[in-house]
Amino acid sequence: MNCRAEVLEVSVEGRQIEEAMLAVLHTILLHRSTGKFHYKKEGTYSIGTVGTQDVDCDFIDFTYARVSSEELDRALRKAVGEFKDALRYSGSDGIGQISLEFYQKKKSRWPFSDECIPWEVWTIKVNVVNLANEQERQICREKVGEKLCEKIINIVEVMNRHEYLPKMPTQSEVDNVFDTGLKDVQPYLYKISYQITDSLGSSVTTTMRRLIKDTLAL
Amino acid sequence: MDTDLNSQDRKDLDKFIKFFALKFNLAIKDIPEVTHEAKKALAGQLPAVGRSMCVEISLKTSEGDSMELEIWCLEMNEKCDKEIKVSYTVYNRLSLLLKSLLAITRVTPAYRLSRKQGHEYVILYRIYFGEVQLSGLGEGFQTVRVGTVGTPLGTITLSCAYRINLAFISTRQFERTPPIMGIIIDHFVDRPYPSSSPMHPCNYRTSGEDNGAAYPSVEDSQEVCTTSFSTSPPSQLIVPGKEGGVPPVPSQPAHGTQADHERMVMCTPLDGALYSAATPSSSEDTETVSNSSEGKSGSPHDLLETIFVRKVGAFVNKPINQVTMASLDIPFAMFAPKNVELEDNDPMVNPPDSPDVESPLQGSLHSEGSSGSSTGNTHDDFVMVDFKPAFSKDDILPMDLGTFYREFQNPPQLSSLSIDIGAQSMAEDLDSLPEKLAVHEKNVKEFDAFVETLQ
Repeated sequence: MNCRAEVLEVSVEGRQIEEAMLAVLHTILLHRSTGKFHYKKEGTYSIGTVGTQDVDCDFIDFTYARVSSEELDRALRKAVGEFKDALRYSGSDGIGQISLEFYQKKKSRWPFSDECIPWEVWTIKVNVVNLANEQERQICREKVGEKLCEKIINIVEVMNRHEYLPKMPTQSEVDNVFDTGLKDVQPYLYKISYQITDSLGSSVTTTMRRLIKDTLAL
Repeated sequence: MDTDLNSQDRKDLDKFIKFFALKFNLAIKDIPEVTHEAKKALAGQLPAVGRSMCVEISLKTSEGDSMELEIWCLEMNEKCDKEIKVSYTVYNRLSLLLKSLLAITRVTPAYRLSRKQGHEYVILYRIYFGEVQLSGLGEGFQTVRVGTVGTPLGTITLSCAYRINLAFISTRQFERTPPIMGIIIDHFVDRPYPSSSPMHPCNYRTSGEDNGAAYPSVEDSQEVCTTSFSTSPPSQLIVPGKEGGVPPVPSQPAHGTQADHERMVMCTPLDGALYSAATPSSSEDTETVSNSSEGKSGSPHDLLETIFVRKVGAFVNKPINQVTMASLDIPFAMFAPKNVELEDNDPMVNPPDSPDVESPLQGSLHSEGSSGSSTGNTHDDFVMVDFKPAFSKDDILPMDLGTFYREFQNPPQLSSLSIDIGAQSMAEDLDSLPEKLAVHEKNVKEFDAFVETLQ
């Protein structure tokens, strides 16, 4: 089974990074979350409800709907905050990407640890622009809002293609497919990672690796 | 075909589709009136081939002019998916479709209009069954296919067609019928549709309805609401935020939970019918510039008088000016000050044409028939005010703080360090060298004696 990969690109101003990322990530997770499963004795289960709420952006002319789960929101904000700090203070040209990966756990026999098999990866490439004056900022507010509208439509189109989704698990397997740690919502197992590209076009990690290798080679 | 599906599955499928048509598995608060209308429209039927369920969203001004904005359509076609499991896959896919619907509703142009509805216009909805009628959406409307779900009885498709061309043609321009003030509760629309169901307002959104954190968290907003540069006493006029200051909020008025912050709301004046940015539910903004056009909206030939005070930054030479404008044919003329020549060249007041594609909202409701639609002023939907930040100079082009900072960050090089002077002095040195050498040679003995004393 191949992992499905989707890439989105946005150009934003520094102060818009967080909101733009949250808008996209929340929209994806809205589609990839269900209510909590309540297993019953006969091997059946019922699904709890998922609330939604609107979020108005302060720096972008945009509103998005997200799952009403403070825990999930906090987790995403933390990840996006780290990405934003890395992007702004790494000294790079302001190009980076954040990835949201949905995976399944596959239990392996001892001594091997569990495998994480991704089945869908969303990558958002971010290009940070610097603007000179208020007028440009105002234009940017609107344009980024429109771009995000297009991204949301793209996401919805991909979601509704009904391509591979993990099978609904039995009670014993539910932690291999879903993140059951949240108390009010149950998203598919996911992880968020990011990568910052320095001005040479290579990622910071590869540059460091090269440096270390070169030093050892002497 | 019916015999292929066992009765339990059939029942489940019908139930799911019916609930989808109302709402399902998402904790969406039911607005009783809407549920009632939807049930009435369904009238015990479900969407079937040739019988789509359509929800039409339209805008109606206080003068009675209306315009269709969106049509959402739930259709069923004959393409069946016999293999699919009803109680499991179809359920999950319908649930996904509903979430997609939620996501898409926030993204269409009508959403932003609906957030700004109030005295000047309202948003209405209408549910009907039958063939979808897209002709009211104007030219070049866009369609988004939200999603499809295959079932054993057919494929359900949800799509949204929305208007792009928001140019508003007033049909009542020459009939001076009295404007219908207030909110329209019930209005029978004369349409050539099979079922002429009544239109209903969509303005049920009140500040009390938000479920706790329905709006952005307070801590984020507070980062936004820093003070502007000026230390002069507050004026009547709202100024757009500057760097580090309050960012302008042109399209989203503050709602309930943000009453605590001094959110600056800018009017979004649109040509033709003039709309205010306030919704009835936003209670706090006393500083909103109103066009004082309530009750006076209409053709751009109406005289609009506004007195406003220009907010001037500290340390700026020019005193506060009072500018009284009476606009004539040009809409938004109140924002184009007449008597200060500098401001004609001021990019802040008359921004240069935006080279890019305008957002659908920005194309806004420029009335096609009206004269004097503002030329080249692409930033019509927010106020640009001549704001003089601290340290700005008046005699040169006024600049904002960023430009000022950048300019003065790179001061010119010191003259003593410049190459010309260096070269000059070196030439002088070279010229004087032979003389110096001659003098030193004469005093060789003294130098030698000195060196010996050191040893």
